[in-house]
Amino acid sequence: MTFGTVLALLGAVLAVVLAGMGSAYGVGIAGQAASGVVSEDPDKFVKVLLVQLLPGTQGIYGLLVAFIALSKIGVLSGKPMALDLTTGLMMLAACLPIALVGLVSAIHQGRAAVAAIGILAKRPDELAKAMLFPAMVETYAILSLLISILAVNGIPLS
Amino acid sequence: MSVVAMKKIRICAMKKDRKEVLEYLQRRGVVEIDSDLHIEDVGEDTDTLSGFCRTDTARLKSQYRKRADTADKALEVLEQYVPEKKGFLAGLEGLGTASDEEMQSIIDKRHWFNRMAAGVIANSAKIDACEVEIARCRRNIEGLAPWMEMDIPINTESTKATRVFIGTLPPDTVADTYCGKIDALCPEIKDRYQITFVSQDKDQACIAAICHKSDGDKLENALRETGFVRIAFFSHRTPDGKVKKYNRKIRDNEKEREDILVKFRKYAAYRDTFKILSDYYRIRADKYEVLGSLMQSERTFIITGTCPENQVESIEKDLNSGFNLYFATEDYGKDEPMPVLLDNPRTFAAGEGVMSSYGLPSRTDIDPCAIMTVCYVVLFGMMLSDAAYGLIVFAVCFALLYKFPKMGQNIAKTLRLFMYCGISTMCWGVLFGGYFGDAVTVVARTFMGRDVTVPALWFTPLDQPMKMLVVSLAIGLVHLFLGLGIKGYQLARRHDWVAVISDVLSWYLLIIGLILMLMPTQMFYSITGISMEFSQTMIYASYVIAGLGALIIVFMSGREKKNPFLRVALGLYDLYNVTGWLSDILSYSRLLALGLATGVIAQVINQMGSMAGSGVFGMIVFVLVFIGGHALNMAINILGAYVHTCRLQYVEFFGKFYDGTGKPFKPFRNNTRYVVFGDKVISDNHKEDLVS
Repeated sequence: MTFGTVLALLGAVLAVVLAGMGSAYGVGIAGQAASGVVSEDPDKFVKVLLVQLLPGTQGIYGLLVAFIALSKIGVLSGKPMALDLTTGLMMLAACLPIALVGLVSAIHQGRAAVAAIGILAKRPDELAKAMLFPAMVETYAILSLLISILAVNGIPLS
Repeated sequence: MSVVAMKKIRICAMKKDRKEVLEYLQRRGVVEIDSDLHIEDVGEDTDTLSGFCRTDTARLKSQYRKRADTADKALEVLEQYVPEKKGFLAGLEGLGTASDEEMQSIIDKRHWFNRMAAGVIANSAKIDACEVEIARCRRNIEGLAPWMEMDIPINTESTKATRVFIGTLPPDTVADTYCGKIDALCPEIKDRYQITFVSQDKDQACIAAICHKSDGDKLENALRETGFVRIAFFSHRTPDGKVKKYNRKIRDNEKEREDILVKFRKYAAYRDTFKILSDYYRIRADKYEVLGSLMQSERTFIITGTCPENQVESIEKDLNSGFNLYFATEDYGKDEPMPVLLDNPRTFAAGEGVMSSYGLPSRTDIDPCAIMTVCYVVLFGMMLSDAAYGLIVFAVCFALLYKFPKMGQNIAKTLRLFMYCGISTMCWGVLFGGYFGDAVTVVARTFMGRDVTVPALWFTPLDQPMKMLVVSLAIGLVHLFLGLGIKGYQLARRHDWVAVISDVLSWYLLIIGLILMLMPTQMFYSITGISMEFSQTMIYASYVIAGLGALIIVFMSGREKKNPFLRVALGLYDLYNVTGWLSDILSYSRLLALGLATGVIAQVINQMGSMAGSGVFGMIVFVLVFIGGHALNMAINILGAYVHTCRLQYVEFFGKFYDGTGKPFKPFRNNTRYVVFGDKVISDNHKEDLVS
């Protein structure tokens, strides 16, 4: 086992951990707001649940990148490759966009989702608009996901 | 594919007919009535209309609303105590129906049923009272529990010769040494009293003390100093007798509650009656609301409103044959805002829900619903892109539509949209080779030991992400150009050719030119892997095209300004919008990201399922993980695809051409909640309605 492999694994782990932490926070605060609305009007359950779930995607994106990275370096099949230091660092760097942007964007998306749940509390018919505001934040998670996938995919393993 | 053309109508009729005229219009449900009509709007000659005013119908309106609410409340109560057996999908069943005779008989006896509904509500209040009483009795029984050993009445204070103290002491009192304490406090009554400890627990020690009348005050003082508090119950019964009384009360109240519940079970048969009753009163309340907004003179009244053009003739014919009145129509002015009623063929109407969430087309817009529906279906399919998921979505929507033909229009449209999305998802899934991710490969490898892959009809995005990115962006470009094209069409329809050239054509030229310039470069090759060899003429042509577009933008987009410097400055600023185009196009990279997300998570699920090996146990684990995991993946990705397709439509696509500032057409109609009302049912010629 080489240090490069460790770095690559660290990258995959960070993608899951940071993005997952962000999503946990986002879904968590949105869930608090959603509970408040449902306690007043249980009929809005499905609508607020949809909005609550929106900040959850960053965690999934992190999982996605980690999965691709792990399968690329052979950890998933139980035969990890011996990567040199440079390649390991490259894998780590490639995982960072979704890890960091995932963390921050999920937190902010969670806040936007809380506000959107506020829309639903007052105007339950405006579901589409309420979903759009948090979805705007997600754009940047998607962009970083894209770069992470392309980078992980494009790094040549010797 | 369009917005229904509307006409303004004006009716002037005799006051004695007003209720029947309104009822006719309400039944037809195709006329939107202006409620904020001013006298000045009606005629050129204001003086002749000075005798008009509105009638106050607020009292009748609120009376009917209240009755509708009573019926609703009664239904709620029945639902609480005698729940109706409803399927999980009952919300899709739509409004109920009833025969005309049935409704008429209910409406004829409405006062009786109204009292019955009020009775249901009163009974529910009684049940509440019973429950409060039962809870109170239970609490008191609990409070008396420590006293149960005592066999004298609770409030005994004295007998002929003695005084009695019944009450509690602090919980830390020790029974054996307590008398010594009293003796120490008051030595002169030593041995002249008796204290019995009834019970002792962690909250209190319950005692009964007795002594001769002459010693009463001294003993009381001594007791108080040790923390004695008199018992908090008031009764001339013994604790046992009191508890028996409470138990009797509980039994009585429970019996009363049971009796009412039996009544409710009987009332439950009248559920449908209450529904019809509620709708009936709701319709009448609506009618009086409109009646209150009409301008009336001593003998006549005026209705102004809007009606779809194709309905005007039949309305006019019906009204003229039934009543003695004046009926006139007028076209909407060219720029006057007209209420919007969409009329699309059933297939394309599926996207109306998504579109009207953004806004309805205004007078100058064309209705983009059909085009948007097609784009929505294509983009949604690309984001979900798994043939098996698509099949499930399609099957579920199809089954629901088939099973509940009477469901509400809006839900039906949304379900139909997702049904098409399911088909599109299947197509993209086949193109990209996703069937529950790589389930086929995993199953074959784990359980049969064979290597099987279902080849993608086109290519596998996970293996060639760059190719998928280019495809996504290309689709985005087509989508955006389509939006720009619609803008051009709208402008052309208004014969604003200058705007067509400077706001639409210029951008086509600039963007196409820029892309042509990009194609032969090294960067393009490294991204797509496609090498484009352009001849010198082609390269030159691309410069000319882009340059021409840019020039038109610079000099024409600020054309409203007279000042030439300001005009060019505004033009340059508008040219900066090219970055907006760049970000719009890049935004379509979410097609790739979401498509990959579906596929990769599906793979993770399959892999996790296969980890338990190939035996029977492994198979069971696989099936469980497979069902749970893919259900979760579908739910998350359908949500994601829905949200992000909406975003692409609203922000990128609509941003190019669509305002969505139209106001919806809201006809005056039988706006019922439970039942569809037949044509002949409501007749309302009763004295109670006479308003002057």
